Amino acid sequence: MTYHSIADIIRICLEEDIGFPEVVMRVEAEQRMVNTAEVFEIMRGMYLAMKKADAEYDKMLTSPSGLAGGDGERMRCYNETGNNIAGAYTGLVMEKAIKMAESNACMRRIVAAPTAGSCGVIPAVLLSYAELFGTDEDKMVEALFVVAGIGAVIAENASIAGAQGGCQAEIGSASAMAAGALCYLMGADVQTIGQAAALALKNMLGLTCDPVRGLVEVPCIKRNAAGAVNAITASQMAMAGIRSAITPDDVIDSMRRIGNAMPSCLKETGEGGLAATESANKTNVT
Amino acid sequence: MSIFDIVGPVMVGPSSSHTAGAVRIGYVARKLLGEEVQSARILLYGSFLATGTGHGTQKALVAGLLSMKTDDYNIPNSLEIAGQRGMEVVFGEAKLKEAHPNTAQLILRGVSGRELEVIGESLGGARINIAQIDGISTNFSGENPTLVVHNMDQPGHVSEVTSMLAHKSVNIAAMQLYRSNRGGNAVMIVECDQEVPEDGIRWLEHMEGVIKVTYLSLTDKEGKNGDGQ
Repeated sequence: MTYHSIADIIRICLEEDIGFPEVVMRVEAEQRMVNTAEVFEIMRGMYLAMKKADAEYDKMLTSPSGLAGGDGERMRCYNETGNNIAGAYTGLVMEKAIKMAESNACMRRIVAAPTAGSCGVIPAVLLSYAELFGTDEDKMVEALFVVAGIGAVIAENASIAGAQGGCQAEIGSASAMAAGALCYLMGADVQTIGQAAALALKNMLGLTCDPVRGLVEVPCIKRNAAGAVNAITASQMAMAGIRSAITPDDVIDSMRRIGNAMPSCLKETGEGGLAATESANKTNVT
Repeated sequence: MSIFDIVGPVMVGPSSSHTAGAVRIGYVARKLLGEEVQSARILLYGSFLATGTGHGTQKALVAGLLSMKTDDYNIPNSLEIAGQRGMEVVFGEAKLKEAHPNTAQLILRGVSGRELEVIGESLGGARINIAQIDGISTNFSGENPTLVVHNMDQPGHVSEVTSMLAHKSVNIAAMQLYRSNRGGNAVMIVECDQEVPEDGIRWLEHMEGVIKVTYLSLTDKEGKNGDGQ
């Protein structure tokens, strides 16, 4: 069993009458020559590491550059006031995304998913869901296999590296992965999972990687919140029955071509875009 | 590619290339040295030099030299820990030509006086390439047990190494040969599927024409020093 596209995964699900996570789990188990239970436990380790990283957020920390720190706590305080009109779930997702991305900038332990720079999106979407809806741990681990399957297809056919494909490849991919997983948690069929991924990624196409001073801080941290909320938007559109006019695999292919066409000053070099602004130059960091 | 390259690795931030990859370079260099580091000159190049401080690259390299892995909570404190252990660390700029943008040159001396110079490149996603050992070009990832043999460029050394590995039932995954010039210094990089037993390595060290043997073991045990984190 193997897959190279979202269409492959959907086809295998239908042919074998198994779920999306099962396909991804079986393929990984075959490659490693171990049983699926072993693969499941490795993934549980990733879930628990995300949970721990979220719980260990330290509001007092600032990054070595001094550019990042404390915004996750600001978001938490604001949510606590009850004034966040985005609602309990979306509010919590924003908070957790910023916290995780800040933890990363402050040299804390995180799970790169798919990368360190985009590490806030998936845990924010998943952990907030588990907290608010009381989903059991096994189900959350299954959702991480949906995350991984979508990510693996993107990595194979496009890229998950900002240096290769710009931010669309990092936050964009994370958002697509999270959107699919969210639909899975809500009981969607495999086609809907694919639609959510397509809609999420489409909304992130063209996103450049132009971080100030080349550091994974500005604009990366706040963009984790945006990518996470985009995953909610895409998943809810898909759940409503809205379909992407472009198939998931065609969206992924577009991302690859857009990434190739992007000039290198917008691909993690710290030379163009936001990094080349006057305000970026005023940030007195090493 | 494994799905745990997509969801994972668990690592200390902020950057898989500038932090996690740097830890890996230090770790592999430490393993190749085969003993605790007494002093280290750490020279940075390209993006490592330009953005290293903000990414904690220096701390990450030292953490690796202290045998820490990419998820060790103590990575941010590595400079203090090195100080407590009496490891001397000096940083500088690497004068290299045409190197990979994320390159570190590590000039190491171990507690027994053993010396080693390693040039490592961080390729992204915490993957690395060891590009040079003691001035001779190499090309390996450090993901397999790896045997590095420096020898005189004479007939027969490859056969000695491969016979030993065959005798120890070690399968070769990849093998590369380099030399400085004909009849000069040569280096053999042998990436293996299994660990090479210590007595096999000792045997090689005593061969005529073999100058130095370095071995990258993926097991944590190293016997005597026990500086595991």
